[in-house]
Amino acid sequence: MDWIYALSDWLQALAAGNEPWNSYARYLPQLLEGAWLTLKLVVLSGIVGILLALPLALMRTSKNPWLWSFPYAYIFFFRGTPLLVQIYLVYYGLSQFESLRSLGWLWDEVLSQPYWCAIITFSLHTAAYIAELFRGAIQSVPRGEIEAAMAVGLSRRQQYQKIILPRAFGMILPAYGNEVILMLKGSALASTITLLDLMGATRNVISRTYMNLEFFLMAGVIYLLIAALFIGCFRLLENYFNAHQKATHLPTGKLDVQVQDEHLKDTAR
Amino acid sequence: MDLHGFGHLLLAGTWVTLKLAFVSLVFGLLLGLLGALAKRSSFFPLRWVGNLYTTLMRGLPELLLVLLIYFGTSQLLELTFGVYVEISAFAAGVAALSIAFGAYATEVFRAALQELPKGQVEAAQALGLSPWQTFWHVMLPQLWRLALPGLGNLFLVLLKDTALVSVIGLEDIMRQAYVASGYTKLPFTFYLAAAGIYLTLTIVFMQLLGWLEKRAGRGHLEASR
Repeated sequence: MDWIYALSDWLQALAAGNEPWNSYARYLPQLLEGAWLTLKLVVLSGIVGILLALPLALMRTSKNPWLWSFPYAYIFFFRGTPLLVQIYLVYYGLSQFESLRSLGWLWDEVLSQPYWCAIITFSLHTAAYIAELFRGAIQSVPRGEIEAAMAVGLSRRQQYQKIILPRAFGMILPAYGNEVILMLKGSALASTITLLDLMGATRNVISRTYMNLEFFLMAGVIYLLIAALFIGCFRLLENYFNAHQKATHLPTGKLDVQVQDEHLKDTAR
Repeated sequence: MDLHGFGHLLLAGTWVTLKLAFVSLVFGLLLGLLGALAKRSSFFPLRWVGNLYTTLMRGLPELLLVLLIYFGTSQLLELTFGVYVEISAFAAGVAALSIAFGAYATEVFRAALQELPKGQVEAAQALGLSPWQTFWHVMLPQLWRLALPGLGNLFLVLLKDTALVSVIGLEDIMRQAYVASGYTKLPFTFYLAAAGIYLTLTIVFMQLLGWLEKRAGRGHLEASR
Protein backbone atom coordinates (compact mmCIF):
# COMPACT_ATOMS: atom_id res chain seq x y z
CA MET A 1 0.00 0.00 0.00
CA ASP A 2 2.97 2.33 -0.57
CA TRP A 3 1.13 4.31 -3.22
CA ILE A 4 -1.32 5.56 -0.60
CA TYR A 5 1.53 7.12 1.36
CA ALA A 6 3.06 8.54 -1.79
CA LEU A 7 -0.31 10.10 -2.57
CA SER A 8 -0.52 11.44 0.96
CA ASP A 9 2.99 12.93 0.76
CA TRP A 10 2.15 14.60 -2.51
CA LEU A 11 -1.09 16.03 -1.12
CA GLN A 12 0.71 17.24 1.99
CA ALA A 13 3.29 18.99 -0.15
CA LEU A 14 0.42 20.57 -2.07
CA ALA A 15 -1.21 21.72 1.18
CA ALA A 16 2.13 23.28 2.20
CA GLY A 17 1.30 23.27 5.89
CA ASN A 18 -2.04 25.00 5.48
CA GLU A 19 -4.64 23.64 7.90
CA PRO A 20 -7.06 21.96 7.59
CA TRP A 21 -5.79 20.64 4.23
CA ASN A 22 -2.58 19.38 5.77
CA SER A 23 -4.50 17.20 8.26
CA TYR A 24 -6.79 15.87 5.55
CA ALA A 25 -3.82 14.79 3.47
CA ARG A 26 -1.96 13.44 6.45
CA TYR A 27 -4.73 11.17 7.73
CA LEU A 28 -6.14 10.06 4.38
CA PRO A 29 -3.93 6.92 4.27
CA GLN A 30 -5.38 5.71 7.56
CA LEU A 31 -8.90 6.01 6.19
CA LEU A 32 -7.96 4.19 3.00
CA GLU A 33 -6.31 1.38 4.92
CA GLY A 34 -9.48 1.17 6.98
CA ALA A 35 -11.48 0.99 3.76
CA TRP A 36 -9.29 -1.89 2.62
CA LEU A 37 -10.03 -3.79 5.85
CA THR A 38 -13.75 -3.07 5.43
CA LEU A 39 -13.59 -4.42 1.89
CA LYS A 40 -11.85 -7.58 3.09
CA LEU A 41 -14.40 -8.12 5.87
CA VAL A 42 -17.37 -7.70 3.54
CA VAL A 43 -16.05 -9.81 0.67
CA LEU A 44 -14.88 -12.64 2.91
CA SER A 45 -18.07 -12.81 4.97
CA GLY A 46 -20.15 -12.45 1.80
CA ILE A 47 -18.46 -15.54 0.34
CA VAL A 48 -18.51 -17.61 3.55
CA GLY A 49 -22.09 -16.46 4.11
CA ILE A 50 -23.40 -17.75 0.81
CA LEU A 51 -21.53 -21.06 1.26
CA LEU A 52 -23.15 -21.53 4.68
CA ALA A 53 -26.52 -20.40 3.39
CA LEU A 54 -26.87 -23.11 0.76
CA PRO A 55 -26.98 -26.13 3.12
CA LEU A 56 -29.12 -24.14 5.55
CA ALA A 57 -31.64 -23.35 2.82
CA LEU A 58 -31.69 -26.95 1.56
CA MET A 59 -32.36 -28.18 5.09
CA ARG A 60 -34.97 -25.47 5.58
CA THR A 61 -36.95 -26.58 2.50
CA SER A 62 -36.98 -30.21 3.68
CA LYS A 63 -40.25 -31.65 4.98
CA ASN A 64 -38.50 -33.58 7.76
CA PRO A 65 -38.89 -31.64 11.05
CA TRP A 66 -35.50 -32.91 12.26
CA LEU A 67 -33.93 -31.21 9.28
CA TRP A 68 -35.83 -27.94 9.03
CA SER A 69 -36.06 -27.06 12.72
CA PHE A 70 -32.35 -26.24 13.13
CA PRO A 71 -32.12 -23.76 10.23
CA TYR A 72 -35.48 -22.35 11.28
CA ALA A 73 -34.20 -21.53 14.77
CA TYR A 74 -30.85 -20.34 13.38
CA ILE A 75 -32.45 -17.97 10.90
CA PHE A 76 -34.92 -16.75 13.50
CA PHE A 77 -32.17 -15.94 16.00
CA PHE A 78 -29.86 -14.15 13.56
CA ARG A 79 -32.63 -12.17 11.89
CA GLY A 80 -34.37 -11.29 15.15
CA THR A 81 -31.44 -9.86 17.11
CA PRO A 82 -29.23 -6.84 16.40
CA LEU A 83 -25.86 -7.46 14.75
CA LEU A 84 -24.27 -5.55 17.65
CA VAL A 85 -25.52 -8.17 20.15
CA GLN A 86 -24.18 -10.94 17.93
CA ILE A 87 -20.72 -9.42 17.57
CA TYR A 88 -20.52 -8.75 21.34
CA LEU A 89 -21.65 -12.32 22.06
CA VAL A 90 -18.81 -13.69 19.97
CA TYR A 91 -16.05 -11.24 20.90
CA TYR A 92 -16.79 -10.51 24.57
CA GLY A 93 -19.15 -13.38 25.38
CA LEU A 94 -17.02 -16.39 24.47
CA SER A 95 -14.31 -15.46 26.99
CA GLN A 96 -16.78 -16.37 29.74
CA PHE A 97 -16.16 -20.06 29.07
CA GLU A 98 -13.04 -21.48 30.64
CA SER A 99 -13.18 -24.52 28.35
CA LEU A 100 -12.95 -22.29 25.26
CA ARG A 101 -10.05 -20.26 26.65
CA SER A 102 -8.02 -23.42 27.14
CA LEU A 103 -8.35 -24.47 23.51
CA GLY A 104 -4.81 -23.32 22.76
CA TRP A 105 -4.19 -22.28 19.17
CA LEU A 106 -7.87 -22.01 18.25
CA TRP A 107 -8.44 -19.56 21.10
CA ASP A 108 -5.21 -17.56 20.83
CA GLU A 109 -5.17 -17.15 17.07
CA VAL A 110 -8.85 -17.15 16.14
CA LEU A 111 -11.52 -16.79 18.81
CA SER A 112 -9.79 -14.05 20.77
CA GLN A 113 -8.85 -12.04 17.67
CA PRO A 114 -11.24 -9.22 16.78
CA TYR A 115 -10.61 -9.76 13.06
CA TRP A 116 -11.75 -13.39 13.10
CA CYS A 117 -14.58 -12.65 15.53
CA ALA A 118 -15.88 -10.06 13.07
CA ILE A 119 -15.56 -12.47 10.11
CA ILE A 120 -17.31 -15.26 12.05
CA THR A 121 -20.15 -13.01 13.22
CA PHE A 122 -20.71 -11.33 9.86
CA SER A 123 -20.66 -14.68 8.03
CA LEU A 124 -23.15 -16.29 10.42
CA HIS A 125 -25.33 -13.18 10.30
CA THR A 126 -25.45 -12.76 6.54
CA ALA A 127 -25.83 -16.54 6.05
CA ALA A 128 -29.18 -16.39 7.87
CA TYR A 129 -30.46 -13.67 5.55
CA ILE A 130 -29.12 -15.32 2.38
CA ALA A 131 -30.56 -18.70 3.43
CA GLU A 132 -33.97 -17.10 3.61
CA LEU A 133 -33.48 -15.66 0.11
CA PHE A 134 -32.38 -19.07 -1.18
CA ARG A 135 -35.37 -20.75 0.40
CA GLY A 136 -37.76 -18.37 -1.32
CA ALA A 137 -35.98 -18.86 -4.64
CA ILE A 138 -35.84 -22.67 -4.42
CA GLN A 139 -39.55 -22.76 -3.63
CA SER A 140 -40.41 -20.48 -6.53
CA VAL A 141 -38.61 -22.40 -9.26
CA PRO A 142 -41.52 -22.97 -11.66
CA ARG A 143 -43.16 -26.34 -11.07
CA GLY A 144 -43.12 -27.01 -14.82
CA GLU A 145 -39.33 -26.86 -14.98
CA ILE A 146 -39.02 -29.50 -12.27
CA GLU A 147 -41.63 -31.65 -13.99
CA ALA A 148 -39.72 -31.27 -17.26
CA ALA A 149 -36.54 -32.36 -15.46
CA MET A 150 -38.34 -35.41 -14.09
CA ALA A 151 -39.75 -36.15 -17.51
CA VAL A 152 -36.29 -36.29 -19.09
CA GLY A 153 -35.28 -38.70 -16.33
CA LEU A 154 -33.02 -36.59 -14.10
CA SER A 155 -32.50 -37.96 -10.62
CA ARG A 156 -33.39 -35.83 -7.57
CA ARG A 157 -29.73 -34.90 -7.18
CA GLN A 158 -29.37 -33.97 -10.85
CA GLN A 159 -32.53 -31.89 -10.66
CA TYR A 160 -30.95 -29.82 -7.89
CA GLN A 161 -27.56 -29.63 -9.58
CA LYS A 162 -28.67 -28.81 -13.10
CA ILE A 163 -32.03 -27.10 -12.76
CA ILE A 164 -33.15 -25.95 -9.33
CA LEU A 165 -29.97 -24.49 -7.83
CA PRO A 166 -28.73 -22.65 -10.94
CA ARG A 167 -32.21 -21.16 -11.35
CA ALA A 168 -32.39 -20.24 -7.67
CA PHE A 169 -28.94 -18.65 -7.86
CA GLY A 170 -29.99 -16.48 -10.76
CA MET A 171 -33.12 -15.48 -8.91
CA ILE A 172 -31.39 -14.45 -5.67
CA LEU A 173 -28.55 -12.57 -7.35
CA PRO A 174 -30.13 -9.07 -7.18
CA ALA A 175 -31.26 -9.65 -3.59
CA TYR A 176 -27.82 -11.03 -2.72
CA GLY A 177 -26.37 -7.78 -4.02
CA ASN A 178 -28.63 -5.84 -1.66
CA GLU A 179 -27.59 -8.14 1.15
CA VAL A 180 -23.90 -7.42 0.49
CA ILE A 181 -24.62 -3.66 0.62
CA LEU A 182 -26.41 -4.17 3.95
CA MET A 183 -23.39 -6.15 5.15
CA LEU A 184 -21.13 -3.28 4.07
CA LYS A 185 -23.18 -0.96 6.27
CA GLY A 186 -23.21 -3.49 9.08
CA SER A 187 -19.44 -3.97 8.87
CA ALA A 188 -19.03 -0.55 10.51
CA LEU A 189 -19.80 -2.40 13.76
CA ALA A 190 -16.37 -4.01 13.52
CA SER A 191 -15.13 -0.72 14.97
CA THR A 192 -16.94 -1.53 18.24
CA ILE A 193 -14.63 -4.49 18.85
CA THR A 194 -11.46 -2.41 18.37
CA LEU A 195 -10.92 -3.18 14.68
CA LEU A 196 -9.57 -0.34 12.55
CA ASP A 197 -11.94 -0.76 9.64
CA LEU A 198 -13.05 2.39 7.81
CA MET A 199 -15.30 3.37 10.73
CA GLY A 200 -12.67 2.47 13.33
CA ALA A 201 -9.89 4.29 11.51
CA THR A 202 -12.13 7.34 11.17
CA ARG A 203 -12.90 7.38 14.87
CA ASN A 204 -9.22 6.94 15.58
CA VAL A 205 -8.26 9.90 13.39
CA ILE A 206 -11.00 12.05 14.93
CA SER A 207 -9.78 11.29 18.44
CA ARG A 208 -6.48 12.88 17.40
CA THR A 209 -7.67 15.77 15.24
CA TYR A 210 -11.09 16.63 16.77
CA MET A 211 -12.31 17.18 13.22
CA ASN A 212 -15.60 15.29 13.63
CA LEU A 213 -17.58 16.59 10.69
CA GLU A 214 -14.85 16.50 8.08
CA PHE A 215 -13.62 12.99 8.69
CA PHE A 216 -17.07 11.46 9.22
CA LEU A 217 -18.15 13.02 5.93
CA MET A 218 -14.98 11.76 4.24
CA ALA A 219 -15.71 8.26 5.57
CA GLY A 220 -19.26 8.61 4.29
CA VAL A 221 -18.02 9.40 0.80
CA ILE A 222 -15.72 6.36 0.89
CA TYR A 223 -18.59 4.13 2.05
CA LEU A 224 -20.72 5.40 -0.82
CA LEU A 225 -17.89 4.72 -3.28
CA ILE A 226 -17.48 1.15 -1.99
CA ALA A 227 -21.26 0.66 -2.25
CA ALA A 228 -21.15 1.93 -5.85
CA LEU A 229 -18.31 -0.50 -6.57
CA PHE A 230 -20.35 -3.44 -5.26
CA ILE A 231 -23.44 -2.35 -7.18
CA GLY A 232 -21.35 -2.22 -10.38
CA CYS A 233 -19.90 -5.69 -9.76
CA PHE A 234 -23.33 -7.17 -9.16
CA ARG A 235 -24.70 -5.58 -12.31
CA LEU A 236 -21.95 -7.36 -14.27
CA LEU A 237 -22.71 -10.65 -12.51
CA GLU A 238 -26.41 -10.26 -13.23
CA ASN A 239 -25.75 -9.61 -16.89
CA TYR A 240 -23.71 -12.80 -16.99
CA PHE A 241 -25.97 -15.15 -15.02
CA ASN A 242 -29.35 -13.78 -16.04
CA ALA A 243 -28.55 -13.25 -19.72
CA HIS A 244 -31.65 -15.28 -20.67
CA GLN A 245 -33.87 -12.51 -19.32
CA LYS A 246 -32.39 -10.08 -21.79
CA ALA A 247 -33.34 -12.18 -24.82
CA THR A 248 -35.19 -10.05 -27.33
CA HIS A 249 -37.29 -10.92 -30.33
CA LEU A 250 -35.89 -10.43 -33.77
CA PRO A 251 -37.11 -7.24 -35.32
CA THR A 252 -39.93 -8.84 -37.25
CA GLY A 253 -40.01 -6.08 -39.83
CA LYS A 254 -36.83 -7.41 -41.40
CA LEU A 255 -38.18 -10.92 -41.77
CA ASP A 256 -39.88 -12.35 -44.80
CA VAL A 257 -43.55 -11.37 -44.68
CA GLN A 258 -44.43 -15.06 -44.90
CA VAL A 259 -42.78 -15.86 -41.55
CA GLN A 260 -43.75 -12.68 -39.70
CA ASP A 261 -45.63 -13.60 -36.60
CA GLU A 262 -48.59 -11.31 -35.93
CA HIS A 263 -48.49 -11.46 -32.16
CA LEU A 264 -44.76 -10.67 -31.95
CA LYS A 265 -45.14 -7.31 -33.67
CA ASP A 266 -45.93 -5.35 -30.51
CA THR A 267 -43.17 -6.87 -28.46
CA ALA A 268 -40.41 -6.45 -31.05
CA ARG A 269 -37.76 -4.06 -29.79
CA MET B 1 -30.94 -17.58 33.86
CA ASP B 2 -29.33 -15.96 36.90
CA LEU B 3 -28.96 -12.24 36.26
CA HIS B 4 -27.34 -11.41 39.64
CA GLY B 5 -29.83 -8.64 40.39
CA PHE B 6 -29.27 -6.84 37.09
CA GLY B 7 -32.62 -7.87 35.63
CA HIS B 8 -34.29 -4.57 36.48
CA LEU B 9 -31.55 -2.67 34.62
CA LEU B 10 -32.27 -4.67 31.49
CA LEU B 11 -35.97 -3.89 31.89
CA ALA B 12 -35.22 -0.18 32.28
CA GLY B 13 -33.11 -0.47 29.12
CA THR B 14 -36.00 -2.14 27.31
CA TRP B 15 -38.19 0.85 28.08
CA VAL B 16 -35.56 3.25 26.67
CA THR B 17 -35.21 1.08 23.55
CA LEU B 18 -38.97 1.10 23.01
CA LYS B 19 -39.22 4.87 23.47
CA LEU B 20 -36.38 5.42 21.03
CA ALA B 21 -37.94 3.06 18.47
CA PHE B 22 -41.39 4.65 18.62
CA VAL B 23 -40.27 8.27 18.56
CA SER B 24 -37.98 7.47 15.59
CA LEU B 25 -40.86 5.65 13.91
CA VAL B 26 -43.09 8.74 14.06
CA PHE B 27 -40.45 11.06 12.58
CA GLY B 28 -39.32 8.40 10.13
CA LEU B 29 -42.85 7.88 8.79
CA LEU B 30 -43.19 11.63 8.33
CA LEU B 31 -39.88 11.82 6.47
CA GLY B 32 -40.82 8.80 4.37
CA LEU B 33 -44.15 10.31 3.35
CA LEU B 34 -42.53 13.65 2.50
CA GLY B 35 -39.79 11.83 0.59
CA ALA B 36 -42.30 9.85 -1.46
CA LEU B 37 -44.32 12.96 -2.27
CA ALA B 38 -41.11 14.79 -3.22
CA LYS B 39 -40.05 11.93 -5.50
CA ARG B 40 -43.39 11.99 -7.28
CA SER B 41 -43.57 15.77 -7.45
CA SER B 42 -43.84 17.48 -10.82
CA PHE B 43 -41.32 20.06 -9.63
CA PHE B 44 -37.92 18.66 -10.60
CA PRO B 45 -35.70 20.12 -7.79
CA LEU B 46 -37.95 18.33 -5.29
CA ARG B 47 -37.57 15.05 -7.18
CA TRP B 48 -33.83 15.62 -7.20
CA VAL B 49 -33.74 16.20 -3.44
CA GLY B 50 -35.83 13.07 -2.87
CA ASN B 51 -33.52 10.94 -4.98
CA LEU B 52 -30.41 12.35 -3.34
CA TYR B 53 -31.87 11.64 0.10
CA THR B 54 -32.68 7.99 -0.57
CA THR B 55 -29.49 7.26 -2.50
CA LEU B 56 -27.17 8.75 0.12
CA MET B 57 -28.91 7.50 3.23
CA ARG B 58 -29.35 3.95 2.00
CA GLY B 59 -25.62 3.71 1.27
CA LEU B 60 -24.31 5.06 4.57
CA PRO B 61 -23.86 2.85 7.63
CA GLU B 62 -26.37 3.69 10.37
CA LEU B 63 -23.52 3.76 12.89
CA LEU B 64 -21.82 6.49 10.86
CA LEU B 65 -25.05 8.46 10.84
CA VAL B 66 -25.43 8.11 14.62
CA LEU B 67 -21.86 9.24 15.28
CA LEU B 68 -21.95 12.00 12.67
CA ILE B 69 -25.09 13.50 14.15
CA TYR B 70 -24.00 13.08 17.77
CA PHE B 71 -20.49 14.46 17.41
CA GLY B 72 -20.90 16.48 14.23
CA THR B 73 -23.90 18.57 15.26
CA SER B 74 -22.10 19.99 18.28
CA GLN B 75 -19.18 20.94 16.10
CA LEU B 76 -21.46 22.46 13.47
CA LEU B 77 -23.28 24.54 16.08
CA GLU B 78 -19.97 25.68 17.51
CA LEU B 79 -18.70 26.69 14.08
CA THR B 80 -21.84 28.60 13.11
CA PHE B 81 -22.98 30.13 16.41
CA GLY B 82 -19.80 29.98 18.45
CA VAL B 83 -21.46 28.21 21.38
CA TYR B 84 -20.77 24.64 22.41
CA VAL B 85 -24.02 22.71 22.78
CA GLU B 86 -23.95 19.05 23.63
CA ILE B 87 -26.99 17.30 22.21
CA SER B 88 -28.41 14.34 24.09
CA ALA B 89 -27.73 10.80 22.96
CA PHE B 90 -31.47 10.22 22.72
CA ALA B 91 -32.04 13.17 20.39
CA ALA B 92 -29.09 12.19 18.22
CA GLY B 93 -30.37 8.62 18.11
CA VAL B 94 -33.86 9.71 17.10
CA ALA B 95 -32.47 11.96 14.39
CA ALA B 96 -30.15 9.29 12.95
CA LEU B 97 -32.65 6.44 13.11
CA SER B 98 -35.55 8.42 11.67
CA ILE B 99 -33.40 9.71 8.80
CA ALA B 100 -32.35 6.14 7.99
CA PHE B 101 -35.88 4.78 8.42
CA GLY B 102 -37.30 7.61 6.31
CA ALA B 103 -35.03 6.80 3.38
CA TYR B 104 -36.29 3.23 3.19
CA ALA B 105 -39.87 4.25 3.99
CA THR B 106 -39.74 6.68 1.06
CA GLU B 107 -39.35 3.73 -1.29
CA VAL B 108 -42.17 1.81 0.40
CA PHE B 109 -44.55 4.78 0.19
CA ARG B 110 -43.53 5.48 -3.39
CA ALA B 111 -44.29 1.90 -4.44
CA ALA B 112 -47.61 2.08 -2.57
CA LEU B 113 -48.52 5.35 -4.29
CA GLN B 114 -47.79 3.73 -7.62
CA GLU B 115 -50.10 0.83 -6.81
CA LEU B 116 -52.92 3.17 -5.88
CA PRO B 117 -55.44 3.00 -8.76
CA LYS B 118 -55.38 6.26 -10.71
CA GLY B 119 -59.18 6.25 -10.88
CA GLN B 120 -59.36 6.87 -7.14
CA VAL B 121 -57.66 10.25 -7.44
CA GLU B 122 -59.63 11.14 -10.55
CA ALA B 123 -62.88 10.23 -8.82
CA ALA B 124 -61.93 12.40 -5.84
CA GLN B 125 -61.19 15.31 -8.18
CA ALA B 126 -64.45 14.76 -10.03
CA LEU B 127 -66.27 15.01 -6.70
CA GLY B 128 -64.60 18.38 -6.19
CA LEU B 129 -62.30 17.47 -3.30
CA SER B 130 -59.32 19.75 -2.81
CA PRO B 131 -55.81 18.26 -3.28
CA TRP B 132 -55.39 18.16 0.50
CA GLN B 133 -58.76 16.43 0.98
CA THR B 134 -57.90 13.98 -1.78
CA PHE B 135 -54.66 13.14 -0.04
CA TRP B 136 -56.09 12.92 3.47
CA HIS B 137 -59.41 11.15 2.84
CA VAL B 138 -58.78 9.12 -0.30
CA MET B 139 -55.09 8.38 -0.77
CA LEU B 140 -53.75 8.05 2.78
CA PRO B 141 -56.22 5.41 4.07
CA GLN B 142 -55.54 3.21 1.05
CA LEU B 143 -51.81 3.88 1.24
CA TRP B 144 -51.85 2.53 4.77
CA ARG B 145 -53.01 -0.91 3.60
CA LEU B 146 -50.54 -1.05 0.70
CA ALA B 147 -47.55 0.22 2.67
CA LEU B 148 -48.11 -1.65 5.94
CA PRO B 149 -46.23 -4.89 5.16
CA GLY B 150 -43.15 -2.98 3.97
CA LEU B 151 -43.27 -0.52 6.85
CA GLY B 152 -43.66 -3.40 9.31
CA ASN B 153 -40.42 -4.97 8.10
CA LEU B 154 -38.69 -1.59 8.33
CA PHE B 155 -39.91 -1.18 11.89
CA LEU B 156 -38.37 -4.52 12.86
CA VAL B 157 -35.09 -3.34 11.31
CA LEU B 158 -35.41 -0.04 13.20
CA LEU B 159 -35.96 -1.91 16.47
CA LYS B 160 -32.66 -3.73 15.98
CA ASP B 161 -30.84 -0.59 14.85
CA THR B 162 -31.67 1.11 18.15
CA ALA B 163 -28.86 -1.01 19.64
CA LEU B 164 -26.38 1.24 17.78
CA VAL B 165 -27.30 4.21 19.95
CA SER B 166 -25.73 2.41 22.92
CA VAL B 167 -22.37 3.23 21.29
CA ILE B 168 -22.91 6.92 22.15
CA GLY B 169 -23.94 6.06 25.71
CA LEU B 170 -27.74 5.90 25.62
CA GLU B 171 -28.78 3.50 28.37
CA ASP B 172 -30.79 1.09 26.28
CA ILE B 173 -30.82 -2.73 26.50
CA MET B 174 -27.35 -3.06 24.98
CA ARG B 175 -25.75 -0.45 27.23
CA GLN B 176 -27.25 -2.03 30.36
CA ALA B 177 -26.05 -5.47 29.27
CA TYR B 178 -22.59 -3.97 28.73
CA VAL B 179 -22.57 -2.40 32.19
CA ALA B 180 -23.88 -5.55 33.87
CA SER B 181 -21.36 -7.78 32.12
CA GLY B 182 -18.61 -5.42 33.25
CA TYR B 183 -19.62 -5.85 36.90
CA THR B 184 -20.31 -9.56 36.88
CA LYS B 185 -17.71 -10.72 34.31
CA LEU B 186 -20.45 -12.74 32.68
CA PRO B 187 -20.63 -11.17 29.21
CA PHE B 188 -22.18 -14.18 27.47
CA THR B 189 -25.02 -14.42 29.98
CA PHE B 190 -25.94 -10.77 29.68
CA TYR B 191 -25.62 -10.41 25.92
CA LEU B 192 -27.69 -13.58 25.54
CA ALA B 193 -30.30 -12.05 27.86
CA ALA B 194 -30.24 -8.90 25.71
CA ALA B 195 -30.65 -11.05 22.59
CA GLY B 196 -33.59 -12.77 24.28
CA ILE B 197 -35.27 -9.42 24.93
CA TYR B 198 -34.80 -8.32 21.31
CA LEU B 199 -36.19 -11.64 20.10
CA THR B 200 -39.21 -11.31 22.39
CA LEU B 201 -39.86 -7.76 21.18
CA THR B 202 -39.53 -8.94 17.57
CA ILE B 203 -42.06 -11.74 18.14
CA VAL B 204 -44.51 -9.41 19.88
CA PHE B 205 -44.30 -6.80 17.12
CA MET B 206 -44.60 -9.43 14.40
CA GLN B 207 -47.87 -10.59 15.96
CA LEU B 208 -49.05 -7.00 16.28
CA LEU B 209 -48.17 -6.25 12.67
CA GLY B 210 -49.97 -9.37 11.49
CA TRP B 211 -53.07 -8.19 13.33
CA LEU B 212 -52.73 -4.65 11.92
CA GLU B 213 -52.33 -5.99 8.39
CA LYS B 214 -55.43 -8.10 8.74
CA ARG B 215 -57.32 -5.13 10.07
CA ALA B 216 -56.07 -2.76 7.37
CA GLY B 217 -57.01 -5.24 4.67
CA ARG B 218 -60.47 -6.16 5.93
CA GLY B 219 -62.42 -4.07 3.40
CA HIS B 220 -60.20 -5.38 0.66
CA LEU B 221 -60.55 -9.01 1.68
CA GLU B 222 -64.32 -8.79 1.85
CA ALA B 223 -64.49 -7.22 -1.58
CA SER B 224 -62.31 -9.88 -3.18
CA ARG B 225 -64.13 -12.80 -1.59
